[in-house]
Amino acid sequence: MNYFLTAEQELIQQIARRFARERVAPMAAALDERGEFPRKLLQVLAKTDLCGVYIPEEYGGLGGGMFEFCLVVEEISRVDSGVAICYAATGLGTIPILLFGTEEQKRKYIPEVAAGRKLGAFALTEANAGSDSFAQETTAVRDGGCYVLNGTKQWITNGGEADIYTVIAMTNKAKGARGASAFIVEKGTPGFSFGKKENKMGIRASSTTELIFNNCRVPRENLLSREGMGMIVALKTLDQSRPGVGAQAVGIAQGALDQALKFAKQRVQFGQPIIQFQAIQHMLADMATQTEAARALVYGAARTIDSGAKEISKVSAMAKVFASDVAMRVTTDAVQVMGGAGFMKDYPVEKMMRDAKITQIYEGTNQIQRNVIASELIKERDEW
Amino acid sequence: MQIIACIKQVPDTAEVRIDRETNTLIREGVPSIINPFDLNAVEEGLLLKERFGGTVTVISMGPPQVETALREALSLGVDQAVLLCDRAFAGADTLATSYTLAAGIKKIGAFDLILCGKQAIDGDTAQVGPEIAEWLDIPHLTYVRSIDEVFPAEPARASITVSRLVEGGYEQASASLPALLTVVREVNEPRLPSYRASLRARTQGITIWGVADLSADPEHIGIAGSPTRVSRIFVPEYDRQGQFFAGSPEDQAKALVAALRSAGLA
Ligand SMILES: Cc1cc2nc3c(=O)[nH]c(=O)nc-3n(C[C@H](O)[C@H](O)[C@H](O)COP(=O)(O)OP(=O)(O)OC[C@H]3O[C@@H](n4cnc5c(N)ncnc54)[C@H](O)[C@@H]3O)c2cc1C
Repeated sequence: MNYFLTAEQELIQQIARRFARERVAPMAAALDERGEFPRKLLQVLAKTDLCGVYIPEEYGGLGGGMFEFCLVVEEISRVDSGVAICYAATGLGTIPILLFGTEEQKRKYIPEVAAGRKLGAFALTEANAGSDSFAQETTAVRDGGCYVLNGTKQWITNGGEADIYTVIAMTNKAKGARGASAFIVEKGTPGFSFGKKENKMGIRASSTTELIFNNCRVPRENLLSREGMGMIVALKTLDQSRPGVGAQAVGIAQGALDQALKFAKQRVQFGQPIIQFQAIQHMLADMATQTEAARALVYGAARTIDSGAKEISKVSAMAKVFASDVAMRVTTDAVQVMGGAGFMKDYPVEKMMRDAKITQIYEGTNQIQRNVIASELIKERDEW
Repeated sequence: MQIIACIKQVPDTAEVRIDRETNTLIREGVPSIINPFDLNAVEEGLLLKERFGGTVTVISMGPPQVETALREALSLGVDQAVLLCDRAFAGADTLATSYTLAAGIKKIGAFDLILCGKQAIDGDTAQVGPEIAEWLDIPHLTYVRSIDEVFPAEPARASITVSRLVEGGYEQASASLPALLTVVREVNEPRLPSYRASLRARTQGITIWGVADLSADPEHIGIAGSPTRVSRIFVPEYDRQGQFFAGSPEDQAKALVAALRSAGLA
């Protein structure tokens, strides 16, 4: 399919593809097995300039948007979405600063991310605030020139590895959702530590940890936007970034399709390659069609966001829901096409199937995304 | 630091098949790549430039299609590229190649360091690097696995200290600058092309010099300058083979004596 990429976008895609094939692919199985953070790979990626694709040139980036971000996430995910998410979660931690940061905050933090010297993270979820993200218990209390943070964030991607954390905490519990605020917290701030690293089903190369705040004093200049804007910051950030999860899902689906197709052409049973059986052909045809449809939706959503559109919650949620459901189905079918071989760790598809699952869960579960889409539909004026 | 890296375009030997009749490589349809060890040389140049500033220039001798390899080097962040390209250079063996490259390097101008891969994966001679150093009358260090110290800025005492891979271990050695190094794979991990450098590389000019541009002696270039003659290509047969005896010193001595006896030597 022709998505009318510019020469610059094609170059971004090419470099990301080379990174994935030449550098990530040989490591993917071992990183997954060991649950090892891909620090060296991210340093290689940093030198390609791709860490700044979605960052304006004035802050050291390449001046692209969410579309370019999605191109990179997709290509890396095609080989190992565990590595891709280390990159994508940095984006998630950086977007709130890009959207809501003061000039000073941007100058201080963004160029380091663009150059790939620093990683970011975004911390909203807590033990009692999952889908119900308004149920925040972490607090931030003003004290002179500082805010004092107390509480624990849970399941934070890039936890322990990132340098810059965007953290949501309650500055005024009485006001509920309007009492939340967003802060930039640097690793190494006294009172800020990391809890246990989770042992996960998939995306095992990524780090997922608790963030623990124990009388952690964060300077006032690290407040993002104003007091009370925390939930707006979080929701607007997720609206922007969600097609990135879609791109991750498209990459996983494409990677599984690549593997299943290659295998089906080579595996001989009953005297012929299994791709000669119509049952296999139809599975592959559906996998390819669904993957392409997901890609079209993800690209469309990312471009809508980059166009500066105001209402993006619906398309953003649609891209995430559809692509992640496709990734789960396509990876499951890829294992089926490959039979017992697909179930073995000798081939990458069992990992892709495990990796696909998370895309239906994080940055808002698919149930919550359907709630979002439906509530937008309900709000829309009747056309007829 | 002014750094020059020599690169060669080679067939990707991972994809090459051998013609069993003639014992030569079948090059048709095989993709061309930059000799992998030369990528390590380029990377080391870029790392030194990041530390000390300066420029990295790549130079290659070969037919016009070598421009692809030079553009790839530019997309890694190299500052400029020089191609020595002339029919008169064709048919060169390592001696004529190194002479021609040395002539090109002289024309580029002053330099602190020349970096080469330890050998090319198609010829495997490992001769061109040291030969260039000889033509230029500068010191060379081969099989470098790490650069340990560099003092580029003190003209009188400019020097470099490296670890060299030698059989069974490493050796630390120093040379005054300017010098030539040949590097092995473990010296670094070559970077991928960057976006910004790739964009630049698309339009950047490549300097092409022919025989008329170099002050080169025609007797030393191309076929005329190549004393090497390939008289026969064959798979070597070993008439001597090493043998290891394991066990305690006594067991080893007994086994050795038994082997010598059975060979009628003792
Ligand atoms: C590997 C991993 C990485 C993560 N990274 C981050 C991160 O970097 N930053 C961050 O802030 N968070 C992160 N999260 C948290 C993630 O966003 C949450 O897990 C997710 O939002 C769902 O919350 P929950 O797991 O508590 O599920 P719950 O909210 O407990 O949901 C359980 C089930 O109930 C359903 N459900 C809940 N409420 C409703 C409803 N109203 N209607 C219908 N169904 C409902 C859900 O869809 C789900 O099926 C990560 C999670 C994981 C597993």
